[in-house]
Amino acid sequence: MEKEVMSSLKMAGNILCSASSFIRKCIFGVLRVGPIPNHIAFIMDGNRRYAKKQKLSHDGAAGGGGRYDAGFWALMVMLLYCQELGVKYITAYAFSIDNFKRKPEEVESLMASMLEKFHLLDILVKRLAVRVHFVGNLELLSNELRASAMELTEATAAYSKSVLTICIAYTSRDEILHAVRESCEQKRIDLEFDNDDDNEIKLMKVEKNMYMAVAPDPDIIIRTGGENRLSNFLLWQSCWSHLHSMWVLWPEIGVWNLVFAILNFQRNKTYHLEMRKKEKEL
Amino acid sequence: MPFSLHFSPTPLITAPSPLSKPFFLVPYYHTLHAPKSPFCSSTEHALTHQGKKEAFDRGPEDSQTLPLGLRRDAMPSHVAVIMDGNRRWARLRDLPVRSGYEAGVESLRKIVEICCKWGIKVLSVFAFSSDNWFRPKVEVEFLMSLFERGMQEDTGIFFRENIRISVIGDLTKLPKALQELMVNLEEATKNNTRFQLIVAVSYSGHYDVVQACQRLALKAKCGLIEPSDINVSLMEQELETNCTEFPHPDLLIRTSGEFRISNFMLWQLAYTELFFAQSLWPDFGEAEFLKALLAFQQRQRRYGV
Repeated sequence: MEKEVMSSLKMAGNILCSASSFIRKCIFGVLRVGPIPNHIAFIMDGNRRYAKKQKLSHDGAAGGGGRYDAGFWALMVMLLYCQELGVKYITAYAFSIDNFKRKPEEVESLMASMLEKFHLLDILVKRLAVRVHFVGNLELLSNELRASAMELTEATAAYSKSVLTICIAYTSRDEILHAVRESCEQKRIDLEFDNDDDNEIKLMKVEKNMYMAVAPDPDIIIRTGGENRLSNFLLWQSCWSHLHSMWVLWPEIGVWNLVFAILNFQRNKTYHLEMRKKEKEL
Repeated sequence: MPFSLHFSPTPLITAPSPLSKPFFLVPYYHTLHAPKSPFCSSTEHALTHQGKKEAFDRGPEDSQTLPLGLRRDAMPSHVAVIMDGNRRWARLRDLPVRSGYEAGVESLRKIVEICCKWGIKVLSVFAFSSDNWFRPKVEVEFLMSLFERGMQEDTGIFFRENIRISVIGDLTKLPKALQELMVNLEEATKNNTRFQLIVAVSYSGHYDVVQACQRLALKAKCGLIEPSDINVSLMEQELETNCTEFPHPDLLIRTSGEFRISNFMLWQLAYTELFFAQSLWPDFGEAEFLKALLAFQQRQRRYGV
């Protein structure tokens, strides 16, 4: 009797999954009639509030941060949806340089959580043929974390179906400073060896030295958690991006939130492309 | 002192109501966060007209009453505005585009007046972007003449009201006469301390960073600094916003319902609170500005932490 009930429940579950999958495919099909963004960036805000809501504790150094698990899975689900939709580039703001100012036990917990997730991430991205980049000031990370990041970057270098860029130990100002330093250094070398008569540094040169040169500028920047600010994320790259703020906390983000964001983007796309093209011509 | 409005002379033409927007543009996700203060529902009713009041009501700031719900200790020091929607405003009223720009200037004058009254120290306005050069030549020429006329007409007010004017952007692209006027006005008002108006003309955030990079490269070439020495402080000294004590806007307001930065002050907006208003710039008045400030004061700023 129990077996029959379990079997019925399983069948019902499968039917529901198939039905929701079918509905999702239909919605995505409708969305694809309009322009699909090439690059979506996420500011994954709200993990701590979600953990508080769910009464999750952070385990400190002992077992990593259980409170960030839901956030990780939310990112994986978004990656899946974006891939299904045809969004090639996904960028996620995982850890800001400013976050180092949080309580040490919280930072440690977050770092431990990230390290823990590498193995899972490795399996998932290889399964989905996703190329992974880690951008930021990686020197600020522990040797272990940095080594894992480099390893995963190399292991996925051959994939081209989708590109996932994880911003870790990143702020946009740090990125711009890095690009400015590199550009000044290169200009000095060029002038020294007489390779360049032109004293000017052009926009393209600065852009080439950005950490985020691995991806085009985002079409949409989605911020969860209800705040309406960039928090030092992709300042240079966001100039023409459609900014979409939503009240939902990051671990609770779902397909409808993504659909709404893309619908809003589709209303404004032509203007964005035009302006971006004109600026590059300058 | 009860709060009161100063009404500037309004145009005689009444506008048809703007086209209604689809449901997904309703400001559910982004804009106009409902103020949480219990007094705020009466804010708009509290705005009463008490006859013609002298512009830039002078009294010491501390004695000036702020509108209900606004806290003086939480006022932003620097507000930035992307004044979008002038052309749409004119088109909706079947007026020529130039009328939209003229209405925009009037709107700016009102906002400057309000900033002075409410104790905001700096207002930056995105008057003309680098990509606006692509607009029709006639329109661009009209805008240049509007800037010239506006600055000439208001020079007296700037001196009388102790307002400092700063202009940021690639001024080399402007007509010579306008360049000279702007430079002279900047110089003449540089010691004014009550309020600073930063006008971004032929400006873009990318341009600002690139020109700072070029200045730093020149210093490196002359041996004054090493490229590896370049840090936040050195960078900010070279950015065009080095003309103000408060280079980072606390609040950015963009009108006309568009949700993007459009290449305005990118470096400076790292921790700025963003507010997207549905109204077009010429319609953005005291009530809308108050909503933006109230929303700003409700926000919890963490500066990335």
